Amino acid sequence: MDEEKVITCKSLSKKFGDFYAVNEITFDVNKGEIFGFLGANGAGKTTAMRMLCGLSFPSSGEATVAGFDVYKQQEFIKKNIGYMSQKFSLYENLSILENIEFFGGVYGLDRKEIKERSGLLIQTLGLEKEAKKMVGELPLGWKQKLAFSVAIFHRPKIVFLDEPTGGVDPVTRRQFWDMIYEAAATGITIFVTTHYMDEAEYCNRISIMVDGKVEALDSPSNLKSKFSVHSMDDVFYQLARGASRSAD
Amino acid sequence: MTFFTSWHVERADQQINMKQLLAFTKKEFYQVIRDKRTLLIMFGLPIVQIILFGFALTSEVKNVHLIISDNSKDVNTLQIINKIKASSYFSVDESVMGYADIEEAFKQGTVKSALIFPSDFAKDLVHSGKAQVQIIADGSDPNTAKTIVNYLTAIINDYQAQLSPTVGLPYKIIPETRMLYNEEGNGSLNFIPGVMALILMIVCTALTSVSVVKEKELGTMEILLVSPFKPFMVLISKAIPYLALSIANFTVIILLSVYALDVEIKGSILLLFMESILFIITCLSLGLLISNVTASQQTALLISMMGLQIPTLIFTGFMFPLENMPWIFQAISKIIPAHWYYLIVKSVMLKGLGFEGVWKETLILIGMTVVLLTVALKNFKIRLS
Repeated sequence: MDEEKVITCKSLSKKFGDFYAVNEITFDVNKGEIFGFLGANGAGKTTAMRMLCGLSFPSSGEATVAGFDVYKQQEFIKKNIGYMSQKFSLYENLSILENIEFFGGVYGLDRKEIKERSGLLIQTLGLEKEAKKMVGELPLGWKQKLAFSVAIFHRPKIVFLDEPTGGVDPVTRRQFWDMIYEAAATGITIFVTTHYMDEAEYCNRISIMVDGKVEALDSPSNLKSKFSVHSMDDVFYQLARGASRSAD
Repeated sequence: MTFFTSWHVERADQQINMKQLLAFTKKEFYQVIRDKRTLLIMFGLPIVQIILFGFALTSEVKNVHLIISDNSKDVNTLQIINKIKASSYFSVDESVMGYADIEEAFKQGTVKSALIFPSDFAKDLVHSGKAQVQIIADGSDPNTAKTIVNYLTAIINDYQAQLSPTVGLPYKIIPETRMLYNEEGNGSLNFIPGVMALILMIVCTALTSVSVVKEKELGTMEILLVSPFKPFMVLISKAIPYLALSIANFTVIILLSVYALDVEIKGSILLLFMESILFIITCLSLGLLISNVTASQQTALLISMMGLQIPTLIFTGFMFPLENMPWIFQAISKIIPAHWYYLIVKSVMLKGLGFEGVWKETLILIGMTVVLLTVALKNFKIRLS
């Protein structure tokens, strides 16, 4: 299979003073892949992700996102990615439609395009009756699904999800992952961090970061056989146990 | 066709900036209008402050209860008393009282001032050309006391002046008590420019800083920074709605001053308006700067309210005369933007000066704005990388 790489990282590092938050990580992510980015708290996931999203500059190493350089082409990267964070990130005192319109506008979509696609989005989510309701009135699960939809509204090449299902019940989480699969099927690359090991199983490939380094990188089934264990939980535990950084 | 398969082609980059700005401004307006608390601060504060400062904090004295104890009862004292009665400042109480009664009345606080003519007042005046009269005022309220004493002295001096040509007194005291720019001693006039500076300062700075910090707290700022929306544009779009609201606010203050407090705007309204927009931009920049260095809404509000309101009150010069302050305080007042705006408004609104009278102050204010805005924008960028 001819795989197109949408993210490439070569010896990417971020140093804060003498401290390597991210220490020479090297990996590639393929187009349309669901890439799980795992690690204990403080392992350096967020710092790595911020560099890839164009929010901070690396200290050394190379990386490209959607074909653009993380040092020189942050503006182009931003146009081609979507982002959703663990903290809920829509405006609570705007209605569902107003939120969609706002983010559509921020990504420079046409009025016509926004109207057309927001109609489809609301239909797909089955939120026709709630479209004019304030987002603050929606249950958390719905908010997360809506936030994901808004993150991919402008049709990014890659969407970064930072612990997107934190605090959500298992049924909604499952529905959320159905949406992720649906989006991935259309060619969007999913880069997701999570602490739920069952979610790790849903990914095509996962990397596990320990103390700023990528210690494991493979498909969940390969990782399990490599570590001779039955669940991702055990893989993660074996790796994270050796961590010297205390979790925060 | 579902949502997931309805993708369109790449968009052209042109006009995107304008669309972003529009979308953001629209969103910001929705948020402000739905936030009842913000609206209340925005428009309630000026009304309350104007009324408070204009009516309650006036230094003017009217209908002061004055006891007159006339122990001489001659033509001269009668004429003086009639003169006092004719003014609107005092309500005269002539029920004869001894010194002890007067002291008791002061202690009880029922009386703020007294005028006592000694029994040989007329005799002294005619024979030696010198007569004594005692004015007593309640010094526990020094401002009022001073005003009362000044008024009474002025009336007595005035009477003396009338008397001189006929009686041929050897001396003559004519106090010149004309109050410049405020002939009627209309106390609220001086407060208006100060209150304008204060309100614009608080409203613009506090609301702008809080609205930026709120996005940081909620996590929406992160989303904006990951988007192609430039950080510079984030700040500009934050400033636009508050600029519009502040202009509305300024209009409310002016209308209230003119129609509720009878303040006459002597200079050009257009000039006043332009200068106020400049000051609003200064305050917005300050608000943006505060939002850069704070992480919570409470901190931002605290800095804007406490950190700015008190220096504005003290250092603009509208409550306490700057001339009486130590040089260090006078120096501090020079770096407070509100101080310069206050001088400009006073000159334009009360003195009727044109631009040639305030260009220096305007230039200083522009300089301050440029510095504040540059630092705010630079700071915002540094934080990102």
